Amino acid sequence: MTDGVPRIGVITFPGSLDDRDAQRAATFMGAEAVPLWHADHDLRGVDAVVLPGGFSYGDYLRCGAIARFAAVMDEVRAFAERGGPVLGICNGFQILCESGLLHGALIRNRSLRFVCRDVFLRVETSLSVVTSELTAGETVEIPVKHGEGQFVARQDELRQIDDEGLVVFRYSSADGVTDDTHDPNGSIEHIAGIRNARGNVVGLMPHPEHAVDPDVGPTGGQPLFASLLAAAMAGAGA
Amino acid sequence: MRFSFEVLVSLKPGLSDPQGKAVASALPALGWTNVSGVRVGKHIALEVEASDEAAARAQVEEMAARLLSNPVIEEYRILEAEEA
Repeated sequence: MTDGVPRIGVITFPGSLDDRDAQRAATFMGAEAVPLWHADHDLRGVDAVVLPGGFSYGDYLRCGAIARFAAVMDEVRAFAERGGPVLGICNGFQILCESGLLHGALIRNRSLRFVCRDVFLRVETSLSVVTSELTAGETVEIPVKHGEGQFVARQDELRQIDDEGLVVFRYSSADGVTDDTHDPNGSIEHIAGIRNARGNVVGLMPHPEHAVDPDVGPTGGQPLFASLLAAAMAGAGA
Repeated sequence: MRFSFEVLVSLKPGLSDPQGKAVASALPALGWTNVSGVRVGKHIALEVEASDEAAARAQVEEMAARLLSNPVIEEYRILEAEEA
């Protein structure tokens, strides 16, 4: 942190698309954005890490499967183990699942179609680095844009996710009703985002970084980034 | 020695397979109405330089488990090796 301004690192993998938007959103919300490179064993002393959306390594083999072995991921894993805030968005979520930092996996949308639209998310817990400024039951409006966002998990993982309250967001209507019509990809239990047991690692398919600036659409991403900034200020990853 | 392998990766049974479903629903349109159980997977062919077949196979096992498949959603099968 420099002069009370948290430093949010955004990793660029070959094929990342939303790294610039994530940097811009962090800056918009009052942080200093720090670009990080996939091939470096270095997080440059940041207070939080964002794994952005896109198509790392072309999404060849499986989404996130190759990025998971990038040099920087060793540092991300160590940072997460120290309690540092880590947010994976879309492809970043897929990378966190492939890394085993989060449960489950993301497969092809049930419709087989790429989906790009604004959705509502119901907040399931405030115990995470992106929802501390929100209350369970609230909804936020944020866009999704993905072809492989259907969340699945093994039975034992799903039980653990439910028992430990690891679901952070579910796809819902504006007033919080979850059902198939509001679920863009057919995710199990309409899960849009989950956390680890400690709450410092979160992944979600929707894109909060595209939803902070009122000039270009909904602003549901603002409280997520505000929460992330607050977690970064707390300095758990140092 | 060089050995060639084929690794078949498929979604675990019980997991929804959107690609398999799409194929299954396209077949009846072409007149094949007696088809069921369609699953779509991946076929990965590779060659390994190793001292013997057992060593090559052990390595392919490890590669299949760590990178070629995701154990959360997929299972894999390694087909008989041939000296390449």
